[in-house]
Amino acid sequence: MSLATTQSIAEIKARNKELIQEVLRVYPEKTAKRRAKHLNVHEVGKSDCGVKSNLKSIPGVMTIRGCAYAGSKGVVWGPIKDMIHISHGPVGCGQYSWGSRRNYYVGTTGIDSFVTLQFTSDFQEKDIVFGGDKKLVKIIDEIQELFPLNNGITIQSECPIGLIGDDIEAVSRAKSKEYGGKTIVPVRCEGFRGVSQSLGHHIANDAVRDWVFDKVTPESKPTFEPTPYDVAIIGDYNIGGDAWSSRILLEEMGLRVIAQWSGDGSLAELEATPKAKLNVLHCYRSMNYISRHMEEKFGIPWCEYNFFGPSKIVESLRKIAGYFDDKIKEGAERVIAKYQPLVDAVIAKYRPRLEGKSVMLFVGGLRPRHVIGAYEDLGMEVVGTGYEFGHNDDYQRTAQHYVKDGTLIYDDVTGYEFERFVEKIQPDLVGSGIKEKYVFQKMGVPFRQMHSWDYSGPYHGYDGFAIFARDMDMAINSPIWKKTKAPWKEVPKPKLLAAE
Amino acid sequence: MPQSAEHVLDHFELFRGPEYQQMLANKKKMFENPRDPAEVERIREWTKTPEYREKNFAREALTVNPAKACQPLGAVFASVGFEATLPFVHGSQGCVAYYRSHLSRHFKEPSSCVSSSMTEDAAVFGGLNNMIDGLANSYNMYKPKMIAVSTTCMAEVIGDDLNAFIKTSKEKGSVPADFDVPFAHTPAFVGSHVTGYDNALKGILEHFWDGKAGTAAKLERAPNKKINLIGGFDGYTVGNIREIKRIFELLGIQYTILADNSDVFDTPTDGEFRMYDGGTTLEDAANAVHAKATISMQQWCTEKTLPFIADHGQEVVAFNYPVGVSATDEFLMALSRISGKDIPEELARERGRLVDAMADSSAHIHGKKFAIYGDPDLCYGLAAFLLELGAEPIHVLSTNGNKAWEEKMQALFGSSPFGQNCHAYPGRDLWHMRSLLFTEPVDFLIGNTYGKYLERDTGTPLIRIGFPIFDRHHHHRSPVWGYQGGMNVLVKILDKIFDEIDKKTNIAGKTDYSFDIIR
Repeated sequence: MSLATTQSIAEIKARNKELIQEVLRVYPEKTAKRRAKHLNVHEVGKSDCGVKSNLKSIPGVMTIRGCAYAGSKGVVWGPIKDMIHISHGPVGCGQYSWGSRRNYYVGTTGIDSFVTLQFTSDFQEKDIVFGGDKKLVKIIDEIQELFPLNNGITIQSECPIGLIGDDIEAVSRAKSKEYGGKTIVPVRCEGFRGVSQSLGHHIANDAVRDWVFDKVTPESKPTFEPTPYDVAIIGDYNIGGDAWSSRILLEEMGLRVIAQWSGDGSLAELEATPKAKLNVLHCYRSMNYISRHMEEKFGIPWCEYNFFGPSKIVESLRKIAGYFDDKIKEGAERVIAKYQPLVDAVIAKYRPRLEGKSVMLFVGGLRPRHVIGAYEDLGMEVVGTGYEFGHNDDYQRTAQHYVKDGTLIYDDVTGYEFERFVEKIQPDLVGSGIKEKYVFQKMGVPFRQMHSWDYSGPYHGYDGFAIFARDMDMAINSPIWKKTKAPWKEVPKPKLLAAE
Repeated sequence: MPQSAEHVLDHFELFRGPEYQQMLANKKKMFENPRDPAEVERIREWTKTPEYREKNFAREALTVNPAKACQPLGAVFASVGFEATLPFVHGSQGCVAYYRSHLSRHFKEPSSCVSSSMTEDAAVFGGLNNMIDGLANSYNMYKPKMIAVSTTCMAEVIGDDLNAFIKTSKEKGSVPADFDVPFAHTPAFVGSHVTGYDNALKGILEHFWDGKAGTAAKLERAPNKKINLIGGFDGYTVGNIREIKRIFELLGIQYTILADNSDVFDTPTDGEFRMYDGGTTLEDAANAVHAKATISMQQWCTEKTLPFIADHGQEVVAFNYPVGVSATDEFLMALSRISGKDIPEELARERGRLVDAMADSSAHIHGKKFAIYGDPDLCYGLAAFLLELGAEPIHVLSTNGNKAWEEKMQALFGSSPFGQNCHAYPGRDLWHMRSLLFTEPVDFLIGNTYGKYLERDTGTPLIRIGFPIFDRHHHHRSPVWGYQGGMNVLVKILDKIFDEIDKKTNIAGKTDYSFDIIR
């Protein structure tokens, strides 16, 4: 639609403000007041996006958010491949999150790797009434017998656990002792805690701190010889292989990646991370907590980076290299030069097809801001964005480094708001999740899932950028979008001249 | 560098090149503290043994890869089958995000549903305020004709009383006093999604028939000639319900499909998002009390609903997901008996065509061994069809099947010479099935998408029939009920059989003498 070329920034701002007022009119007064704080138009130069965030979702509005369990089991812990993650409680939570996040890993599933298995305590009424601790004890025993090569167990609490007063910490301690100090991690990520997935990330980070790191003494030796170039990738879930197409760049510039958190990660990698010289942090939202902890406790600096799109990749490679000596700095330049021809070819091929196209985003974690650069590298413009579970520090980063003046900002958007916004703004592409995908496609708006990469990927790194460009092109330029209107409905009915 | 703009490689191929393979091998060796490959191999082989199977089946507490979901999913599925109805799930909000995603991934359709977004304070004080605000917001924003309330386990554990909460919400003006808000308690720690379907449907019928929670007079039954039909929780609801309607119309029967979600899960892409589409009208839902009879296509999805309907004076008939010739015969004859209408010649011809197809292809299916897993009724229907094809459904496993289901399955096996070596496994999961497939191998496995893990581990080819199917598209649009549905299932099975024969006979110069052009 290329709104920017036909409308001035002032016009866009006025339109967006009017749009916000329009959607607020549907709500009962109390709700309108609360929602108004989450919607705004970005003003250039401001330190944040002018919205409230990380507050409770309002009942009945169709929030897109999930829960703390989703943040812990689904995001942070689930991808650790050599541990068994018990969805502790009724069957549903584990079932709906079974294998759907595409955290790629290499391993023999069911034997030494367990990411795509659904372990659940499948609570029945008697477990609610009498408590589930005894069942948990038995479950751990059965896991040890049937899955002897597991390297650890986590207990991912579902809602009832915290309500019925189970003591999963006591069970974990006792069973750990019984199994020779085995790593058994209780995680209090009951779904009713907090306002979104976000608290689940935090709780999961804290569980690593308390139940993994605290077992590792600072003097304990890693199983490998340390080098001055050891880094850990933090906050990359290896969706469609993202962490791999990132790792390869870090290694090519001369660094050594000693751990991946948590995509394709292992317990040994978690344990070794305090030996890193630098933690490089992709998803700030979900893993800033443990990064800060490692900085405080082990003195490891951390550095945010962004591997979406060549502009941000170049910036990030140099930023990371800045923590190291000339050898690494040269390595970064070598990597940038190596991939420049690929970048040039991808942009030469796809930019002409995508130039001036507008995008609206609504995603979680880092993506509402991190992917903006990649779109801009292809000549596209993000005209609206919002976080499913962001905090104010996310909106600060967004305002200061990413969005343009006049961008529509919507925090914890409701189904109703998102539909109205897209209907009125008519972007060329919407990037959001599975629950939104078909809504917008029905409306005839091209869509890409920007959580799962719509079953494609990786999107990180240079290799990922080529795939990202291809996918955005195939979404926007698919011939099907020209066929959504029946031809006989497109043309105005011919007048019956003879009858006049 | 393998990547290029000319030929973009994504995850399917990108990581197979030497650069990535070397990187991953180093990662494993240096940092993952990997297990000895020989030990991994030893354990892998051990998991295939009868000894492992025995330990596996001795499990008392742990569930691994269950083939069932929780109650509210079924409640949401049933609720959207009513005209302009918004499902409202009282409890934690993450659950609703999960149900919506799950249904969207299967149907490739939007799935609208709201939550009362209860958090810590609601856990302490109860969720009444969430209900009051939530109903008001949903009503104003999404303009439903009905809001159907169910519960997550959180609300159940703290004991929220839906009836009282809805009453209070109405008093507080959240929705008009006469606005329809049926409800059902759907604890996730009881039963499964089929139980939730049952509870929600019963809740809706109870609302309309029995005086709308004390706010209206109970309906006086005035019997008419209509027949009600309940599909049950069904991944093929789109194709199946449409086929059922066609059959009813061929017979000339006046009918009401209860919880008819065949349209809402199959809306067109034409520029308009239809949050609501089709569905049983509220008027029809109420008037269904007057029907002559109600037919349930799935006994275990309507264990409470059917007795409730029977108590209102109707005949009720339950089937077990009828697939194939005899099951469809019985279904049609029941319709004919109840309605007094003759089965039209057109359906007799369709029957003949299915029998014709089965006769044509019988040689390829006869004696083949199958494993099936899924919801209890689906398992029964598919097993019965296999038996009439002369195939043997050796292992039939239903995580949400109970003792009564097991007995009914065993009776079915006992009724056929092809069922003599067959066994039903209630309450078991797909890790049990893995042991069964290793220790008593079969030729084919029938199940949902998660069966692909079993196919990978055991080499048993998977025929995808069930819910959810995430990794194949659009099959839910075709029926598996009726003679034409039976034809679809037959073709699905045959295609896999022929593909497997071809795969096993296509090695040039070795096995390709059997790589026949005609089969």
